[in-house]
Amino acid sequence: MTLVQARRAGAGLVLPVLLLAGWQWIAAAGVFSAAQLPPPGEVLDALGELLRRGELWHHLAISTQRVLIGFAAGSALGLTLGGLVGLSRWASTVLSPTVQAIRAVPSLAWVPLLLLWLGIGETPKIVLVAIGAFFPVYTTVSAALAHTDPHLVEVGRAYGRSGVSLLASILFPAATPAILSGLRLGLAQGWLFLVAAELIASSMGLGFLLIDSQNTGRTDVMLLAIILLALLGKLTDTVLGLAERRLAATSR
Amino acid sequence: MSAVSLVLDGVGKVFSAGGRQRAVLSEVRLSVAAGEVVALLGPSGCGKSTLLRLVGGLEAASSGSVRVDGREVRGIEPRCAVVFQEPRLLPWRTLERNVAYGLPRRRRRGAVEKQARAEVRHWLSVVGLAEFARHRPRQVSGGMAQRAALARALARRPGVLLLDEPFAALDALTRLRMQDLLAEVQRAEGTTVLLVTHDVDEALHLADRVVLLGAGESAPDGAATVRSIVEVPGTRPRDRGDAELAALRVRLLAELGVHTPAAAPAHP
Ligand SMILES: Nc1ncnc2c1ncn2[C@@H]1O[C@H](COP(=O)(O)OP(=O)(O)OP(=O)(O)O)[C@@H](O)[C@H]1O
Ligand SMILES: [Mg+2]
Repeated sequence: MTLVQARRAGAGLVLPVLLLAGWQWIAAAGVFSAAQLPPPGEVLDALGELLRRGELWHHLAISTQRVLIGFAAGSALGLTLGGLVGLSRWASTVLSPTVQAIRAVPSLAWVPLLLLWLGIGETPKIVLVAIGAFFPVYTTVSAALAHTDPHLVEVGRAYGRSGVSLLASILFPAATPAILSGLRLGLAQGWLFLVAAELIASSMGLGFLLIDSQNTGRTDVMLLAIILLALLGKLTDTVLGLAERRLAATSR
Repeated sequence: MSAVSLVLDGVGKVFSAGGRQRAVLSEVRLSVAAGEVVALLGPSGCGKSTLLRLVGGLEAASSGSVRVDGREVRGIEPRCAVVFQEPRLLPWRTLERNVAYGLPRRRRRGAVEKQARAEVRHWLSVVGLAEFARHRPRQVSGGMAQRAALARALARRPGVLLLDEPFAALDALTRLRMQDLLAEVQRAEGTTVLLVTHDVDEALHLADRVVLLGAGESAPDGAATVRSIVEVPGTRPRDRGDAELAALRVRLLAELGVHTPAAAPAHP
């Protein structure tokens, strides 16, 4: 890490530290009751307690697993359908309006239907995450492929490329940056949809931790769950972001 | 591939845009011998690029036929290679991989792969870019990028090289250098060249014949056709200051609607 990068990372930590300090101060000043806003120390204690009992890893692991599987499925479908719609005007006319309409359905609206159809096991949660991850990927991929620089496509054709070889040598590389940012958006939305799934029907995961803490009045655990969701989302996004940066560097 | 001949036989092109039909080219007749360099001149929008695209098979003729080496062009023509006005390099590839994109496609295995690398190196050095093989298009100047585009076209070993105002976007000095480079490469390879240009001097410097395209008298609603063909005297490479060429320049400019005092020097 260079000095500039270290400084930038340091600058990004300023606000969280300030927020933490403000939180501590408000909790100590007694603006809210301890049940409403426990101080950071108590949340840390809750973390220790969950770690000691060995529960936290289960919650983290199951949530991460749901997001990764759902994201893999949703983004694969998003790439496929987005590719189809981006490359074929015919597919676009047939599919686009319907997909756009389905996209307008809010995440929570799917939950009752998925429970009804798929029961309360892992499947409905993964499917919901997949739905969340699908749309950003679908949208960016179809738009990127449909708007490939026609000059470059013509170069491909003039140099004897067509069909799959045109796709592999021109269309896909040209769309790669957009595809990567679509994947990042898809992953972020996967986390959002995960919580919607776990809030309603689950016995494990960060969303469950959230709803369970509400039922048992454990505000410290609730805050812990929210912080963990933020950290996990940021972590997975950073991993994809690094992959994106590396790819951009090799193609510069 | 060695140079091949090119014949345009009564070629016409009609575009339909917004439900309206518009004839751009009509009854274009031209025959280019193998190894000949022909420049296409004409007012903007008269269909020069369209004609080039018809030869390369990027567009299909509405009437008449285009024959390369006696065989009719149907679809993308593997014996032609195009250089566009802009370099149009693939930004995610290095210059050498861009040049490799022009290589005729064949199975990539062992010996062939090695030969391909050697060919790419050869064409890069022909255009003077050997040291920039690993650079990205963004990292080189416009002139260098256009040279890489020329190398990509040459790597295809075309029978006919199609150039669509390849130097128009370059500064005057780079343009003169590129013209000399093209003349040199053409002499070494003997390729047939069809060169679209706006630059009368460029046409006279490089071409064996200059073809003037323009609205034909008999043609429907202003579709362009061959107005006249001018043989350029002398053999290439030509002296840019030649007096005979200066006279020809005045005549060609007059035919394009630009009137110069007959005594005007070639480069005022
Ligand atoms: N795909 C197309 N669809 C409809 N009209 C077209 C198409 N391509 C070209 N044209 C029209 O054909 C005419 C000739 O275009 P072309 O690009 O061949 O001209 P040009 O002589 O190369 O012009 P310039 O010197 O400005 O490059 C123009 O009026 C253009 O609008
Ligand atoms: Mg043109």
